Amino acid sequence: MSLLADWWEWLPSLLRGLLLSLEIAAVSIVTGVVVGMGLALAVSAQNRLLRAVAVVVVEVGRGTPALVVLQLVYFGLPSAGLTLASFAAACLALGLTTAAYTSEILRAGLQAVPQGEVEASQALGMGRRDTLRYVVAPQGVRIAVPALMGFSILIFQGTSLAFTISVTELLSRAYSIGSATFDYLSVIALAGLLYLAVTLPAGWFVRRAERRMARHL
Amino acid sequence: MTEVLAAIALGVPSTVVVTALAFAMGAVLGVPLALARRSGPAPLRWLAQALIDVLRGIPPVVWLFFIYFGLGNDVVRIEPLVAGTVGLGLIASAYLAEVYRGGLLAVHAGQQEAAEALGLSPGTTLARVVGPQAVRVALPGAATYLIGLLKDSSIVSTIGVTEMVFRANAVSRSTGDGLMPFLVAAALYIVLSAPLAWASRSLDARLRRRVAR
Repeated sequence: MSLLADWWEWLPSLLRGLLLSLEIAAVSIVTGVVVGMGLALAVSAQNRLLRAVAVVVVEVGRGTPALVVLQLVYFGLPSAGLTLASFAAACLALGLTTAAYTSEILRAGLQAVPQGEVEASQALGMGRRDTLRYVVAPQGVRIAVPALMGFSILIFQGTSLAFTISVTELLSRAYSIGSATFDYLSVIALAGLLYLAVTLPAGWFVRRAERRMARHL
Repeated sequence: MTEVLAAIALGVPSTVVVTALAFAMGAVLGVPLALARRSGPAPLRWLAQALIDVLRGIPPVVWLFFIYFGLGNDVVRIEPLVAGTVGLGLIASAYLAEVYRGGLLAVHAGQQEAAEALGLSPGTTLARVVGPQAVRVALPGAATYLIGLLKDSSIVSTIGVTEMVFRANAVSRSTGDGLMPFLVAAALYIVLSAPLAWASRSLDARLRRRVAR
């Protein structure tokens, strides 16, 4: 019973950590997907320079571990004259990683829109911009939604890396309780269960979204 | 610059060893997990699914902390390198089990039926007919996971394995330069993953020709 008593005592602190993890994930995902959409469009742009820059950003962003991006932003940017609070640094770093990965997901979604849709828009006299805005983007983004949701779960898990830059999110709270009580096993297990409490339902939700999407294609 | 590069490059062997051993462990353990998930009796199927979901649903760093600080302090003494490899290997087994399952599902049902009609035992069917084809389909997914694992191996630095990121951190602290060590580490990850990506593309192209769908 002492296990449950311990857990009950630690739970409020860990829940505050979980809330912070969710906040970091939400900010990173929202900003990351917006930037990712820009990158996806830039990668398929007609301007060659723009395209080259976007490809390099995406490839470097996907090739670098999220942990390294995190430490670059937190420890590196001050050397370049920009110091960020740890929360902002975590959001920026995970947002950059999200942008690089989601740009590829979004690009695949946009490419999955049948070519006939584009031809029909042209036949109706729509310009490139209108075709993208009213025909391709709404459908392409919808196709990408399940994959984006799946990636969001990974980014939520990635917020646990933010403890390395002393953000007091879920893992870092569990670790400090562990180092105070020497009861690492039990408190980290509780933290794991809290992560599961978010990722398992989210996973079911993604699977449902995938099935619904499969019906429409 | 060259000193920074030399100091961080010392971590390359650890990064490669952790990645390779964790992947090998995941590739082996993923097989029974995928088979139990696909064709075991119902309780075994549920157990395999639950194991896969729990392994994938908890962040890798949390697993490493659980193994290294949790089990390591309370149960048995564990070296950081062992804890990191075993943790990433267990997680890899869950991800690779799903990759294998996708491969098994992609093999045409007629192959299974034909093997049954010829009187092959389930074991032989798997080993000689379905398995080899499933592996070919699963290969690109497994290769993608390997490249991701190379980057994920960076988190073993948090439990004190002296791989690239750990060394980048050490250099950064001793020189006070927060930028260059991590840029070097990032470049090294990209350099290390390039040959993996190339090998997986050429291997995939060769194997793909021999699958009946």
